[in-house]
Amino acid sequence: MADQPRTAEARPAPRGSGLSPRKKQRISRSIQYALLVAAVVAFFFYADWPSLAQNFAKLDVAEKALPDLFTIALKNTIVYAVGGFAVSFVFGLLLALMRLSSVKPYRWIAIVYIEIFRGLPALLIFLMITFLPLALPGFEVPGGTYGQGILGLGLVGSAYMAEVFRAGLQAVPKGQTEAARSLGMSSGRALVTVVIPQAIRMVIPPTTNQFVALLKDSSLVLFLGVSAEYVELAKFGNDLASQYANATPIMVAGVTYLIVTIPLGYLATRLEKR
Amino acid sequence: MTHAIDVRDLHKHFGNNEVLKGIDFTVEPGQVVCVIGPSGSGKSTLLRCVNLLETPTRGRVFVEGVEITDPDVDIDAVRRRIGMVFQQFNLFPHMSALQNVMIAQQRVLKRGRKEAEVVARENLEKVGVGAKCDARPAQLSGGQQQRVAIARALAMNPDLMLFDEPTSALDPELVGDVLTVMRKLAEEGMTMLVVTHEMGFARDVADRVVFMDGGVIVEDGPPSQVIGDPQHERTRAFLRRVLHPEG
Repeated sequence: MADQPRTAEARPAPRGSGLSPRKKQRISRSIQYALLVAAVVAFFFYADWPSLAQNFAKLDVAEKALPDLFTIALKNTIVYAVGGFAVSFVFGLLLALMRLSSVKPYRWIAIVYIEIFRGLPALLIFLMITFLPLALPGFEVPGGTYGQGILGLGLVGSAYMAEVFRAGLQAVPKGQTEAARSLGMSSGRALVTVVIPQAIRMVIPPTTNQFVALLKDSSLVLFLGVSAEYVELAKFGNDLASQYANATPIMVAGVTYLIVTIPLGYLATRLEKR
Repeated sequence: MTHAIDVRDLHKHFGNNEVLKGIDFTVEPGQVVCVIGPSGSGKSTLLRCVNLLETPTRGRVFVEGVEITDPDVDIDAVRRRIGMVFQQFNLFPHMSALQNVMIAQQRVLKRGRKEAEVVARENLEKVGVGAKCDARPAQLSGGQQQRVAIARALAMNPDLMLFDEPTSALDPELVGDVLTVMRKLAEEGMTMLVVTHEMGFARDVADRVVFMDGGVIVEDGPPSQVIGDPQHERTRAFLRRVLHPEG
């Protein structure tokens, strides 16, 4: 034993204040589980289940929502969202191109627009739209309530889409433009044929998230003062809830949003991975 | 006779960095000229000034007698006659190989779809990637991508071709395929200005070799002289490093 090299000797692990790290971790985890169980038990114990069920999950009230929930409310929500998205897509791309333009005033206009409409609450924009006829007598947004809703969503969405497109356009390597130009394409032709198609491909995932955001913001149409045929999910749920003095229709509207938004969220994640 | 390329007193600054310090040189129609030199010597910038991807700070550049540094020149029209091949290929990733070769024919030369496709297939065949027409660039090897890029330039029927280190981004075993295509082009009489580190290619194929260092042309002559019997110490030092990298 004596001639064994000292360096090979096993040394005891260094000990701090008594407890090993593994033991500390185990205790910490046990505490977290205990807290969780306590919270769940308390919730079950104190919640007024019959009252909750009566107010948020009353089946006969939920039935009243059908079929208008889908044929009118969901349909209109999708009309507002798709319309607003189309406007955002076109104007967002235009704003992004202006933002990257070599003409300074174009850049300024785009920056001012983007900063204002990203910085304001969407609700404020919708409230302003309701006052448009006061400011411009005789003026009416084409398309009635649809037009107003799409305008509101488009104004806000364009600002966000502009930033998304700007990132996409800047992510296209400079060599792509150089290759196009050296083949004799003009700068506009190179942009349309080579740069923009690649930028659009790159921004599809964030664009899907933007569509989900617009779908949710379409609930603000509620503030436009809407007649029954233009009603979307949020107002539809709210109106029925008032009528029956019961929150179930709002829950139903919420679930209907989720039926659309959750799959879209997964789609965006999958597109991002590709 | 009009020079294919005529560069006079060319200067280029990037900020305070003077990359080209007065370049004078010409390329005659049908000539193959290789530009060699250490990195940072300005050879790629010189090449990029010939189709105005870089704007010269001072000096004049003529291509087939047309002054391209004249502010009133239609640069798109000039570029149509100059093929350019990049180190990084720069194929359009959202198009197939065939579409890459067709698109500028259709959009710039206004050729019909049928004609553009025939020309594209001919040129892809010529560079040895005829079987890969439908592949996207990402599905091709570097050597195949670079040959598609050459076909894309050739499909425009250029009068001269610029090559900017066309084999520098390739795995060593793929370099040969690209050089073979370039040799074939040279034999057909294409006017070529090639920035390269391939000394074998320069020695065998070039009519003239230009050695650049520090933004100036140090030596300009036939390969037997510039590579075989360099007159300047800077050229000799560079060639020693390139030909015998391990001393």
